[in-house]
Amino acid sequence: MLNKRHYIILALVVLLVVVLLSLPGRTEGRLKLAIKGLFLPLTGLAAWTHEATAGNGETLTSKRELLRTNAELRASNQLLTFQLRQASNALGENERLRLMLNFRRQKPAWNLVPARVIARDPETWWRSVWIDLGSGTPGMRTNLAVLTAEGALAGKVVSVGKTESRVLLLGDPGLLVAVFTGTNRLSGTLTAGSAGVPGNNMAELENLFGESAGRTVRPGDEVVTWGVAGGVFPAGIPVGRVVDVPRKDYGAATEARVRLSANLDTLENVWVFILP
Amino acid sequence: MNWLNTILILALAYVAVFLEGSFDVIRNLLGAQITLLPALMVYASLTAEIGTVALLAVCGGLWRDSFSIDPLGASILPLMVIGYIIMWKRDLLLREYQFVQMALGLAAGAVFPLATLFLLLNVGREPLLGWGLVWQCVVGTLTGGVLAPLLFGLFSRVRRAIEYPALNQSSFREDREIKRGRQ
Repeated sequence: MLNKRHYIILALVVLLVVVLLSLPGRTEGRLKLAIKGLFLPLTGLAAWTHEATAGNGETLTSKRELLRTNAELRASNQLLTFQLRQASNALGENERLRLMLNFRRQKPAWNLVPARVIARDPETWWRSVWIDLGSGTPGMRTNLAVLTAEGALAGKVVSVGKTESRVLLLGDPGLLVAVFTGTNRLSGTLTAGSAGVPGNNMAELENLFGESAGRTVRPGDEVVTWGVAGGVFPAGIPVGRVVDVPRKDYGAATEARVRLSANLDTLENVWVFILP
Repeated sequence: MNWLNTILILALAYVAVFLEGSFDVIRNLLGAQITLLPALMVYASLTAEIGTVALLAVCGGLWRDSFSIDPLGASILPLMVIGYIIMWKRDLLLREYQFVQMALGLAAGAVFPLATLFLLLNVGREPLLGWGLVWQCVVGTLTGGVLAPLLFGLFSRVRRAIEYPALNQSSFREDREIKRGRQ
């Protein structure tokens, strides 16, 4: 049975929740990072165990050198694939620039810094992960683009702690990305859409304006970031491919479903674009 | 307040929250996140005092929210409500029976995500709603039902290992012995 003490404690907890829920976003973010800091010993222990396990695995195998070379080649291959995509995008952009005299090249030189995913959001109704780069990494700050190892867009940095940062992934309701459909250059906004379905690596492409008989969006079209001035994401990063375009009954804008290039459920290593 | 029990409960909550956030093997297998906190709250509310229940709700909720985009405090109230309701009726519950523990675990596992979601929607957040949420509720409910009896068993073993065993006192007293025959 309950007594007076029970009611007082319940009231105190409710009061605490009300205070916490009404905290300003910045204070809440700092408080979260501070509380998350309590897990640093376990994070360190997990990283050490991970490395120790990997080390033991190498000593046990007789193909250690082969495995190491293989890993290096894989990493090198990923980097080259990414650079090839970048080069291809740069070439396309260059051609468009030649055609459009007033278009200025806005893309500055970006540094790519590798990071490891160390934790995930425990709630399935959000899409976010924690990476092992913090304010100790030069240039690390919020609103930096995050790419998969293969160079596809994964998300953006939303908060930076001392040793770790939170990345909001594509498919989260809080992340909107301005994109182009590759061939027709139709601009639109990538939103969460049906990302609530587990294992469904899909997003919704909305507000596709400017469609005409010669400029339509079709299944298979590549979707890349637009790179609007002052935006977070640089232009030309691959986002995904159009899967289907539902029939439009009303409204001026078209919508499409996009299968994301990044497999966000199995992210382990990512690149962070850091401004020089 | 039994501090040993409280410390064990909080320590398990701390490790469980870290594992939930850091290891995604089960999450990738099931397509939903499993969580220990509702089942742990069932155990705490049936065996501990209100202080421990409140500490678990506050600490567990804050730790969990620090990993998530949920606003800080969103998990506290659902956990507290679960613990409070069970405490309210715990004198009437047959807490030693595994069936009862499982039923309470099932209920807590179902209520926790739904109550959190209800709170989120009421503070103006827009979480991802879809079939994933239904699946999450199903997995959460089943997980709660399985984990609650396991936790009772685990804590019982741990306490037996580190606490002094209860002294078995005999009702025999020498001064009250009935002597038969001639002295």
